Amino acid sequence: MARVTALTHFLIGKKVVMAVSGVVLLGFVIGHMVGNLKVFQGPEHFNAYAEGLRTVGAPFFGRGQLLWIVRLALIAAVGLHIGAAWMVTRASWAARPTDYRTLRLIETTYAARTMRWGGVIILLFVIFHLLDLTFGPANPSFVRGDPYHNVLATFGRVPVALGYIVAMGALCLHVYHGIVSGCQTLGLNHPRYNAWRRRIALAFSVVVAGGFVAVPIAVLTGVLR
Amino acid sequence: MIGELRARVPEGPIQDKWERHRFEMKLVNPANKRRFEVIVVGSGLAGASAAASLAELGYHVSCFCFQDSPRRAHSIAAQGGINAAKNYQNDGDSVWRLFYDTVKGGDFRAREANVYRLAEISVHIIDQCVAQGVPFAREYGGLLANRSFGGAQVSRTFYARGQTGQQLLLGAYQALARQIGLGQVKMYPRTEMLDLVVIDGRARGIVVRDLVTGAIRSHAAHAVVLATGGYSNVYFLSTNAKGCNVTATWRAAKRGALFANPCFTQIHPTCIPAHGAHQSKLTLMSESLRNDGRIWVPKKKGDTRRPGDIPAGERDYYLERLYPSFGNLVPRDVASRRAKEMCDAGFSVVPGGHGVYLDFTDAIARLGKAGVAERYGNLFEMYERITGENPYDVPMRIYPAPHYTMGGLWVDYNLMSNLPGLHVIGEANFSDHGANRLGASALMQGLADGYFILPYTIGDYLAQARLDPVDTAHAAFRRVEADVRDRTARLLGVNGTKSVDTFHRELGTLMWNQCGMSRTRAALEDGLAKVRILRDRFWKDVFVGGKGEDLNQSLERAGRVADFMEFAELMCLDALGRTESCGAHFREEYQTPDGEAKRDDANFSYVAAWEWTGTETAPVVHHEPLAFEYVHLAQRSYK
Amino acid sequence: MHLTLHVWRQAGPDAEGRFVRYETDDASPDMSVLELLDLLNERLIALKEEPIAFDHDCREGICGSCGVVINGRPHGPQRATTACQLHLRHFRDGDALWIEPWRARAFPMVKDLVVDRSAFDRIVQAGGFVTARTGSAPEANATPVPKRDADRAMDAAACIGCGACVAACPNASATLFVAAKVSHLGALPQGQPERYERVVKMVEAMDAAGFGACTNHGECMAACPKEISVDFIAQLNRDVLKATLFPPRAGRAWSGAA
Ligand SMILES: Cc1cc2nc3c(=O)[nH]c(=O)nc-3n(C[C@H](O)[C@H](O)[C@H](O)COP(=O)(O)OP(=O)(O)OC[C@H]3O[C@@H](n4cnc5c(N)ncnc54)[C@H](O)[C@@H]3O)c2cc1C
Ligand code: HEM
Ligand code: HEM
Ligand code: SF4
Ligand code: F3S
Ligand code: FES
Repeated sequence: MARVTALTHFLIGKKVVMAVSGVVLLGFVIGHMVGNLKVFQGPEHFNAYAEGLRTVGAPFFGRGQLLWIVRLALIAAVGLHIGAAWMVTRASWAARPTDYRTLRLIETTYAARTMRWGGVIILLFVIFHLLDLTFGPANPSFVRGDPYHNVLATFGRVPVALGYIVAMGALCLHVYHGIVSGCQTLGLNHPRYNAWRRRIALAFSVVVAGGFVAVPIAVLTGVLR
Repeated sequence: MIGELRARVPEGPIQDKWERHRFEMKLVNPANKRRFEVIVVGSGLAGASAAASLAELGYHVSCFCFQDSPRRAHSIAAQGGINAAKNYQNDGDSVWRLFYDTVKGGDFRAREANVYRLAEISVHIIDQCVAQGVPFAREYGGLLANRSFGGAQVSRTFYARGQTGQQLLLGAYQALARQIGLGQVKMYPRTEMLDLVVIDGRARGIVVRDLVTGAIRSHAAHAVVLATGGYSNVYFLSTNAKGCNVTATWRAAKRGALFANPCFTQIHPTCIPAHGAHQSKLTLMSESLRNDGRIWVPKKKGDTRRPGDIPAGERDYYLERLYPSFGNLVPRDVASRRAKEMCDAGFSVVPGGHGVYLDFTDAIARLGKAGVAERYGNLFEMYERITGENPYDVPMRIYPAPHYTMGGLWVDYNLMSNLPGLHVIGEANFSDHGANRLGASALMQGLADGYFILPYTIGDYLAQARLDPVDTAHAAFRRVEADVRDRTARLLGVNGTKSVDTFHRELGTLMWNQCGMSRTRAALEDGLAKVRILRDRFWKDVFVGGKGEDLNQSLERAGRVADFMEFAELMCLDALGRTESCGAHFREEYQTPDGEAKRDDANFSYVAAWEWTGTETAPVVHHEPLAFEYVHLAQRSYK
Repeated sequence: MHLTLHVWRQAGPDAEGRFVRYETDDASPDMSVLELLDLLNERLIALKEEPIAFDHDCREGICGSCGVVINGRPHGPQRATTACQLHLRHFRDGDALWIEPWRARAFPMVKDLVVDRSAFDRIVQAGGFVTARTGSAPEANATPVPKRDADRAMDAAACIGCGACVAACPNASATLFVAAKVSHLGALPQGQPERYERVVKMVEAMDAAGFGACTNHGECMAACPKEISVDFIAQLNRDVLKATLFPPRAGRAWSGAA
């Protein structure tokens, strides 16, 4: 533990925290995306899956216990990720008190430049999303225990569906640079495979975001009813 | 007046001198070392290596440089490499051969014992640098690679791509940085030494100007080491960095140190020709280019055809013609002078009259473009960046440029000047290269001085000298500070109409024409008169501007140019007095029938060490006779 | 050539800075940007105005003294070229050049285009060396170094310490500079004994100097006159991870230059 503290003492260490927590979040996002696709199998399957999440681990764990353990891990990851992001961002902002008239950037990517605000968008999205599909206040016809209904209800509202799609765009960019950058932060770099790093990041981010937006689009286009 | 010059060369056979001397020198008790303060001015190879090594021994060191970081000293620009008699290539090299080559290359105007020691130490330098992490080029087997350089018959040059100087300097800088981190060295970057303080005949400190705030301050010490580099910038256009100057050594000379052989200046043959009136400096292309490039001019004067259109029969490969056995690899002074002759005779290939071709067409045919690129790729790129011409397609154009100064403050075998306590190392001293320096030998000398000679010899001085405690409150410091302030005020006060650079350019052109690559009595006498006039004009008409208490680059330059103006006179005097040709000092009156330098060993086998006696009085020359017991005097021949 | 220059003028660290506009008609395409500044300074001196302060020394692209941002690019638009080696032939007649200093908290302003880069020196002082006292070195060929490692060390060692990486980085991060030094020494057997201590000390000094964090924009490499690769940043990160999480323990040797 002392060693981890020593590491996180450095800006580089804070980046490592972000990368590791980012990997955890990425794992969740992928699992969540795959789970969401069960919505196409119909209400029974989807709701059973949601219920299954709560009973998984039985009989060793009681109802929802394992889910909470995972949730706590996620909350910790989010906390660490955002906390470290905040510190790193502050350090970088402080590092250039006077701005250039122009600084022409030629190497970086749009994704890299939008990490911070993209992250904030994702955070705001998640808050809304929890109020929408987990707790309900943002969803007028929320029915506890019937996520299938809730999903269709929420995306029945076109602005909300569009909002989700935009947020998934932000997620796509964040995950893309997150993977490339995270590899670099964790030292995963080899001249022979660096081009593959970008390709893999691109594939991942597109698949993840694509999997998510499939749902609102399906609702909007009436595929899911 | 200064008595007899005592070089203090130890007795005994040359190969035992240094060993024996190291034993005979007095040691400073380890516990006492920390009581000694040493000032090192300069953080180039010589200064940084000395400061680091002295600090490792336990001395308290203050180190000064005018750049913003010690790592930027001019040594960083050396491209080609560093010699050492390792004989890794098994091609017959040895300490003796390096010694012999250096004495002969210097045209018998260097002190044998010093040169032998240099050759002896050269092997340790490589060991030291490798241990510090200098990334020298290596063979596939992992052992060190060498190349032949500057016409040497053996491959004894170690190199790190085209950046040998940088890598060696980083090694020394890192050793220095370590000592700074440990608090053993106090580093003063952006600080210029403007005067030397001598108390009771001994060097006891310096007066400096903080280049950021303009504050004039004193530093006291038990010994002062000057490692301030060469003075090629007296010619304004040279391959030296813009800041290189004679100020530190000249100020010391004005406080009583002797200046030796000031007219021995080296002109490097392969530089990029000047492009116009605004040119601020000249760029050196590594000498290694002459290994494969062929130098030529058209046989017809003023031939305006493109080089590719001139058939082989109408080209004059003059070095190959004049020197069948060495060809394009003749020593620097010869290659430079011949290029000048060809251009003066009207065969220049650059409009304006200063350039010859360095052609790689044959090398490309032989090695392929890739082969040439592998050896010289970065140099070709550099050439193209500067000239906009692609040397794979058109021959390079080159012309000689001032590059190195063999002259410098006189030092004895211990690298101490005639002023006790003032040590001088690296290019700033006159010691090892005689009248001409061989390629890849300056880096070697700077590091030999700094790592392996001075740390011993300074101890010998400190152990014996009975030094009264002195601090900067001493009246001598007040006086010198006042002189420095006064001078600064005078420079600012002229408030004339012409910029410092205008005068510097004028001085440079004058020195290039009157005391440059080849010299005559008439031109030198003329030059002397003109330098005096120019100096008067400078002090009447220079405009510096700004304040003394601020970062003022114009003021910095003004001080340096003012010193060059005084120093230039000494160069001309020295060149005038040496009525022989030797090495890079070529007096047109003294040449062999086929145009080679004609030495006069009977009368000039000495070091000319000049004593400054005042602005109004002529300097006095002292002679240190040179004896050649081991390398027999011979006419250099590269036929 | 006619060029319009907008040069950042600032009398001192606490003074107000601003762009001042200068016109030149007599610029020649063979001049370097620094020679253009020389020319401008000559004119200012003729008018008895204060010349523009800028750092420079070798004018050969090796000492790392020079460095200004030209039209938004550190060292100007030409790849792998320092400002002193940037020739006006890369600009067009009538162009405007906006010239400003490196901007970073760790590089405090000194005057006009001059900034204080001593933070780099402090980073090296903290640990950027091999401890090898003069005289203690073994025979140079006693330790063969695979050519691959020597070349890699040289690639990293090519850094001239100019600070363009910091200037170019949207985070004003000095990671590339530190990575270059760490990788240079870390690639060589001579650098192994202190390898992990070194990286910790240098990274500590880097943070203490007030540089930003690297978020892998890659701008530093694009601006670097020596084209130091960001691959070395990954190497640095690897070394930091090893040094902190798996520090070498007594009795366990660390070897290899991986
Ligand atoms: C372009 C070029 C290429 C070269 N290539 C080679 C080569 O391949 N091989 C080779 O052997 N040699 C080469 N040389 C020669 C060699 O580089 C120099 O002779 C050598 O590096 C000089 O080292 P130095 O330590 O004596 O001085 P420098 O490196 O010049 O250092 C001088 C130091 O003194 C300081 N200083 C100067 N004046 C003052 C002052 N008044 N106050 C305070 N500080 C001051 C400076 O800040 C600097 O730190 C080359 C030279 C040039 C110009
Ligand atoms: C599902 C959600 C998220 C995932 C999968 C994720 C993933 C990642 C990953 C893998 C990285 C790379 C770390 C590195 O460079 O070493 C990263 C960086 C970052 N994340 Fe996130 N993140 C998520 C949410 C957020 C949120 C909510 C914020 C902010 C509020 C945020 C802000 C940042 C920032 C500022 C960076 C650093 C930028 C950079 O490295 O260029 N992230 N993220
Ligand atoms: C269009 C895409 C999405 C759909 C349809 C969707 C759907 C859902 C649904 C139905 C739930 C409630 C599950 C339940 O309570 O059983 C949920 C929970 C959640 N979603 Fe999403 N989601 C989407 C995108 C995302 C994204 C991109 C993120 C994160 C970046 C995210 C994070 C969460 C979180 C944190 C929860 C709470 C999980 C928990 O209860 O522990 N969702 N989502
Ligand atoms: S890494 Fe490149 S840009 Fe940065 S200091 Fe070194 S040479 Fe300059
Ligand atoms: S531009 Fe900056 S963000 Fe990192 S990759 Fe280079 S240091
Ligand atoms: S002046 Fe030395 S790198 Fe530009």
